[in-house]
Amino acid sequence: MTENTSLLHVTNLSHQFKIDPSIFDVILRRPSRYVKVLNGIDLNLARGETLGVVGESGCGKSTLARCLVGLYPLQNGEILFNNQNVSHKTRAEQRDYNRRVQMMFQDPYSSLNPRMTVGQVLHEALSVHKMRSETEIPERINELLDLVSLPRDAADKLPHQFSGGQRQRIAIARALSVEPEILIADELVSALDVSVQAQVVNLLLDLQERLGLTILFVAHDLRLVRHVSHRVAVIYLGSIVEIGSSDSLFANPIHPYSRALLNAAPSIDPDKKNTTAPLTGELPSPLNIPSGCAFHGRCPHATEICKKSKPELKALDGHGEIACHHAKELALS
Amino acid sequence: MFQQSSSSDVKTGQQSTKSIRYTSKALPLLDVRNLSTSFGHDTEKLLAIDDVSFTVAPGEILGLVGESGSGKSITLRSILGLTKRYGQVEGKVLWKNQNMNIMKNKELRRIRGSEIAMIFQEPMSSLNPLLTVGLQIDENLKAHTKLSRSARKKRSIELLDLVGIPSAADRLDDYPHQFSGGMRQRVMIAIALASEPELLLADEPTTALDVTIQQQILDLILDLSKNMNMSVIMVTHDLGVAAQTCDRIAVMYGGKLVEVGPVREILRNPQHPYSIGLLRSVPEDVAPRSELYSLPGIPPSLADRPKGCCFAPRCPAAMTKCVTDRPELQQAGNSCSVACFNPQTITSGNIA
Repeated sequence: MTENTSLLHVTNLSHQFKIDPSIFDVILRRPSRYVKVLNGIDLNLARGETLGVVGESGCGKSTLARCLVGLYPLQNGEILFNNQNVSHKTRAEQRDYNRRVQMMFQDPYSSLNPRMTVGQVLHEALSVHKMRSETEIPERINELLDLVSLPRDAADKLPHQFSGGQRQRIAIARALSVEPEILIADELVSALDVSVQAQVVNLLLDLQERLGLTILFVAHDLRLVRHVSHRVAVIYLGSIVEIGSSDSLFANPIHPYSRALLNAAPSIDPDKKNTTAPLTGELPSPLNIPSGCAFHGRCPHATEICKKSKPELKALDGHGEIACHHAKELALS
Repeated sequence: MFQQSSSSDVKTGQQSTKSIRYTSKALPLLDVRNLSTSFGHDTEKLLAIDDVSFTVAPGEILGLVGESGSGKSITLRSILGLTKRYGQVEGKVLWKNQNMNIMKNKELRRIRGSEIAMIFQEPMSSLNPLLTVGLQIDENLKAHTKLSRSARKKRSIELLDLVGIPSAADRLDDYPHQFSGGMRQRVMIAIALASEPELLLADEPTTALDVTIQQQILDLILDLSKNMNMSVIMVTHDLGVAAQTCDRIAVMYGGKLVEVGPVREILRNPQHPYSIGLLRSVPEDVAPRSELYSLPGIPPSLADRPKGCCFAPRCPAAMTKCVTDRPELQQAGNSCSVACFNPQTITSGNIA
């Protein structure tokens, strides 16, 4: 993929949070501590594609999503949107970027203002970004509600009058109201039941087709990610360990972590038992990330080199890009 | 890591606390008959579970699956009598042939936590944040065993070790917030196992956890069930989890059991249109980015349950009889029971 075709181009994105020092830290003059959530993420989002992002909780999936929409100020690295650097923009341009990259959140119960009717929520989005003149707004609200298959009288109702699935539809309508190019879906359907999940996913896929949207789909449900994504990135402790087309990655993951993660999803076939050994231990704390390859402590294939040097993402024939010193051997085994 | 240690630990534990275990093959361990739980008063009675009957054999793992609001958790809570404070529970809960539903609280307390234990969905909110983990395990041991203080401490360490918490002895004095989500769930399991229950009620034990941790916890429960011959009722909405752990599955919808049978039968040849719909909406083995099957409509609200079959308004195979009469759970085939007037097969043309 060349740079020209990619809509969003992320290089070396890093993000860390400072931990508030306790009184003892101040007295003892301990140095400040940082949680390193993202450690050098490189990503390309091509126009019209869906990129799935998977990983364990605490690996930085949501932070990545929030960095991309600008909810966290950029600390380190570069985000190019349409080949223009996002951070060097003027305020007006920044606003335009905010409009074109929209985010939808995980929890449908806390992400909508309980005191605003659906109509007011949509009206606010439309008028803030001056998408329509004041007289045209009611008509546009109806269009949006039709788009996400909600009844038109929904505009006068408050969020608590809707079910979880309907609330996520409202969130989608709100994101779409400003005619974005990129949608960032952070665990959009995780809080929903399977059958409702299917409805929302169908809607999202249909809208993507009709409006030519680009979607970053962050989720921990691997079956779902496989279903909706063209490409998938596996994140471990704030670094991408493997990225590739959804088909090849799920059929034949190379990185030991992707193997363990993708095989951990329980199959609905009772005789299809997982044969790979489950991962032992838990995610190390992002407060002190292990040296070298961050995964070496839990990796069954780790050798000396893994403890010392951090592997780079490298393309491997027939697979995607893998950050592992032993990728070649693992591909053969 | 816990796999290696578990079998030996379990053996030592068994000697120390429990006496006779229920081994009768002829009688089920738990026999739930016509259990109904309703909330509210006569004028506005909300029926949360309606005439539910099932049995659990010793050592068996029963999966209770369904969407949220279908009554799975209320069923578990009604077995233990936890819903009595808020609602009316009718029917029989026969635990080793004794009806738990008419027992006094004092008698119930002897069974709760000792013979039947429960683990809850949210490990974050079901542990007391102000008490150390060691104290919370100790509470259970104190109530249900006659061990001395030092023996209880030893047993607590054994239990934490059993559920795979590293350096267990040092972690007894830690508070719940010092554990991660997966570790907290392990602590919950350790507390539940403290008295070596014969039946474990697990209410969505892995829903709040990551897939990798989920696998560890499920393996742990499976392992313990095998080694201690412990029965489990596993409530889950994830059909994958049910497929990988359960011996039998009961599908719930609108407070009723709609289909019960061995796991392979239910997942390969479901007959109730709801089970079929639920299975088909799981995105496994379907073309990528194709439209997923989704059941039309939404589950009925408790206040407004249909007169006939609860699923009739959403059912693609509904007949007129379905709207007027309520189907009962009936034997269908050799091992399954289905509550449906018009059972389907997964390939049947009626389900579009």
